[in-house]
Amino acid sequence: MLTPSPSSPIVHAAAVVPAASRRPTFYTLFVMLLLAGLALVPTYAALSGQAFYVTLFARIVVFAIAAVSLDLILGIGGLVSFGHALYLGLGAYAAGVLAQHGIDNGWVHLGVAIVLCGAVGFVTGFVSLRTTGIAFIMITLAFAQMVYFLAVSLKQYGGDDGLPLAASSRFGNMSLGDPATLYYVAFGFLCLLLLSGSRFVKARFGMTLAGIRMNERRMKALGVPTLQYKLGAYVIAAILCGIAGVLYANLTQFVSPSYMSWTTSGELIMMVVIGGIGTFVGPVVGALAMVLVEEGLKSATEHWMFIMGPLIVLIVLLTRRGLMGVVHSADARRAAKIAAKIAARSKRTESLS
Amino acid sequence: MNVTLFVMQCLNGMQLGVLLFLMAAGLTLVFGIMNFVNLAHGSLYMMGAFVGALVYNTTSSFILGVLAVIPAMLALAFVLEALVFKRLYQRDHLDQVLATFGLILFFNELIRMIWGPSPYYMEVPPALSGTVNLFGIPYPAYRLLIVASGLAVALGCYLLIHRTRIGMLIRAGATHRAMIGALGINIKLLNSLVFGLGAVLAGLAGMLAGPILSVQPGMGEPVLILTMVVIVIGGIGSIRGAFLGALIVGVIDTVGRTLLPAVLRGLFERGTADTAGPALASMLIYILMAVVLALRPQGLFPVRHG
Repeated sequence: MLTPSPSSPIVHAAAVVPAASRRPTFYTLFVMLLLAGLALVPTYAALSGQAFYVTLFARIVVFAIAAVSLDLILGIGGLVSFGHALYLGLGAYAAGVLAQHGIDNGWVHLGVAIVLCGAVGFVTGFVSLRTTGIAFIMITLAFAQMVYFLAVSLKQYGGDDGLPLAASSRFGNMSLGDPATLYYVAFGFLCLLLLSGSRFVKARFGMTLAGIRMNERRMKALGVPTLQYKLGAYVIAAILCGIAGVLYANLTQFVSPSYMSWTTSGELIMMVVIGGIGTFVGPVVGALAMVLVEEGLKSATEHWMFIMGPLIVLIVLLTRRGLMGVVHSADARRAAKIAAKIAARSKRTESLS
Repeated sequence: MNVTLFVMQCLNGMQLGVLLFLMAAGLTLVFGIMNFVNLAHGSLYMMGAFVGALVYNTTSSFILGVLAVIPAMLALAFVLEALVFKRLYQRDHLDQVLATFGLILFFNELIRMIWGPSPYYMEVPPALSGTVNLFGIPYPAYRLLIVASGLAVALGCYLLIHRTRIGMLIRAGATHRAMIGALGINIKLLNSLVFGLGAVLAGLAGMLAGPILSVQPGMGEPVLILTMVVIVIGGIGSIRGAFLGALIVGVIDTVGRTLLPAVLRGLFERGTADTAGPALASMLIYILMAVVLALRPQGLFPVRHG
């Protein structure tokens, strides 16, 4: 089998290129270029004197973390959660509320965010995962709305208007209030996430999760406790998104119920799908594309959503595997070419002998 | 808490309930028959409200407003289906969610461009601005009209679904879609019909809600999310479930918002009760949904097979 089947988006073309080819795949090149480019952003911003770039790209990186966490359940597990922004908001509120009470220790912020998102993810996941399909989409949305309304009604923490972050998260001498520090921390975490993601899909857990997406009934018949795997993935995704939330609160220096609004959930799904579902790198590309297009449209017109909406519809109707699909198919073409060459060579040696 | 207030809140709850039913009826049938997630259903509600308000404010005839909403919504449903939805029926839920999410952004911004971000004023028709004496309780006539017309539509839907040939096909389509296609029924036409009907009902709900809620961009989404809760509680694809679910959600939400803070005030000190009351009240229906799903994942009144 030399070409990845179009029905499974997570087949990496790297796996099908024969080991004989020492040239890196387009995929590897692309990922390295992307990460190198992102790593150089603060340097570029400092050199060009455009400090604005750091906050803009920090937003991209933070949303990329959230989108990658969503990709874990959406892309690998096939669970269409329409309420993932809930955990972004919970993480942000964990930092905001603690800072309000004078606690600026970043480890405490992170710890509370992780425990909170893990607990909420466990409870809501346990109930939501009893359903599938449309009902799952709606129940995840409803849980996110529930917490959204809870945040709106918390008058002592800003209610509808939100809450300015009283103090940035502090790790020893390092404060996330500084945009460049925040950027490097978020970027480092994203790299770590991508690295573990590429291991995850090949690990037992990732394989099982992908198997559940493809055919849950068969996995059950094989004796796999599918609910436990799905719930585990759901909780991990919730926690990772909560960490993104802590970072996001530090980036905007503000916490608002709108972070967990259903439009944010929609945008996260959009990032995953535009970039390429089930690829982990795809959501990063998706976050980059979404935020940049949004910024571009916003600077062009006040009614940017009037263009963004139909654009989303068009992307969904016309593309199938997102932007990473382009890179993967380039690799697949090259792999096919190399394979043809090898086949021709082995035929020649056969006829000679 | 006296009896009058309680009865009034129950009536208000019913009024919210019938509005939710008008929304849920179309949505649940499209879910049931085509397995299609249409998040833009809330946009249809908003468009109905704006079209109705526009006609009503220019002609100052509420009846004309209602009559204008029906063809406008049919036309909108036809255009939407031909341009976008037709291509989405065969896709998976993820694509459907995203594309209809894009449509919501588009419609909200369209309305904002035409009418601006502030609410568009629509008054209660003068003939109905008074109150009606219901067993000694004065109740606004317009709200009573909403309850009455909602119940009438529900009855009409019941007769359509359970007593006519088209209704029989819709029910059959909701349970065995492939089978009735194989029997030579044009399932696509049937779906267009159901979709158009759903759009008209959503538009009418928007128009009726216009004078009591605010007519503004983004008004569809809170209602859409409530409608989804209704459908999940009632059971996907079931009209009966949509009706009973809508009434349950409407009454619990409305009564909960009045009753719960009062009850909590009796149990806790004033400060705690005043914060926890509204928070808990707005979460009440979501908690109800979680309980229903935990005990009966298929909903309270699922479609009966056989």
